[in-house]
Amino acid sequence: MNREEAISAVLGAVPNSAFLVTTTGLISREVFAQRDRDRNLYLLGSMGLASSIGLGLALLRPSTHVVVLEGDGSALMSLGVLPSIAAERPRRFTHVILDNEAYESTGSQPSISGRFDLSAVGTTAGYASSLAATDADSFADAIREASSQTGPFLVVAKVALDPSLRTPPRVSLSPVAIRDRFRQAFSNASADASVK
Amino acid sequence: MIEATAFWSQLKQHITLFSGVPDSTFGRSYNALADDPEVRFVAAVREDSALGIASAAGLAGKRGAVVMQNSGIGNVVNAITSFNLVYQVPALLIIGWRGYRGADSDAPEHAVMGEKSAAILDVLGVHNAVLDEAGWQRQVDDLISKMDAEHSPVALFVPPGVLQA
Repeated sequence: MNREEAISAVLGAVPNSAFLVTTTGLISREVFAQRDRDRNLYLLGSMGLASSIGLGLALLRPSTHVVVLEGDGSALMSLGVLPSIAAERPRRFTHVILDNEAYESTGSQPSISGRFDLSAVGTTAGYASSLAATDADSFADAIREASSQTGPFLVVAKVALDPSLRTPPRVSLSPVAIRDRFRQAFSNASADASVK
Repeated sequence: MIEATAFWSQLKQHITLFSGVPDSTFGRSYNALADDPEVRFVAAVREDSALGIASAAGLAGKRGAVVMQNSGIGNVVNAITSFNLVYQVPALLIIGWRGYRGADSDAPEHAVMGEKSAAILDVLGVHNAVLDEAGWQRQVDDLISKMDAEHSPVALFVPPGVLQA
């Protein structure tokens, strides 16, 4: 599965109601190109910060499903956040790592994840469950399962580098526009939740 | 000296979500905050992660704060410059200022950051103030107003001996 296929699998499996925090670089650009939505928070910079922001959002509103989508480089940069997530136990939290064993956004320099089992970190950190996927179907199934059960869940997918892929365009929204749209969607969801 | 319970009570009126990494400037009063059932406090392992967690409040229309030591300023610079300042997401940094009274006033590892702490935040354009026993309540309220009005992170430095630890 290449990057396009992996992100297509994620976007097809994540519930419409979920809030999605995406890491810097090609992952945010690919998500923006495939399925832009108000509930997406694209981090244009701040590598390594997606999981912390996602954790904060999940703790502020435990009834809201939060999905963090990042790469192996970003996850490795803030690996200490995984035990923090496990310690806080957000119930509706899915942490998805696309592991292509490289820093693709900066020129596909190799990362160390080829010699390191990221999904094992979810288990040792104390996530409710940690799954590894190698094909698009099992990946989507794992995300659907994570969305229906009490988390936090970690889903790690091995993704192949594919030089034939086009480079998706940059996210054309300004950071402040991304913030405003996301904040409005999060507030509206709060109103919905209080009605139920 | 400012009484710790009064200090945190004042902050609790404004802040929904706290995160942090301990500093001896806060001593046992840090535990009191972390264990306060009226407070949502998340123990972080690094200051940038703490800022990410607290910043979620700014994205939810609420306010977040980070409690930390000034040595952690180095760890939050990237989060401040590539997230908080460009997305205009506010957060309050409550920073214990080790080495505040000069290089010889504290352990040697605090000599450099002790001298440069406010200067680094000034360069970044992060408004900051040093906690003052006289009129500290007003100081806190003013910082919160500034953070709201400018949608920007702001910092409150706490020198050793000012807050009951």
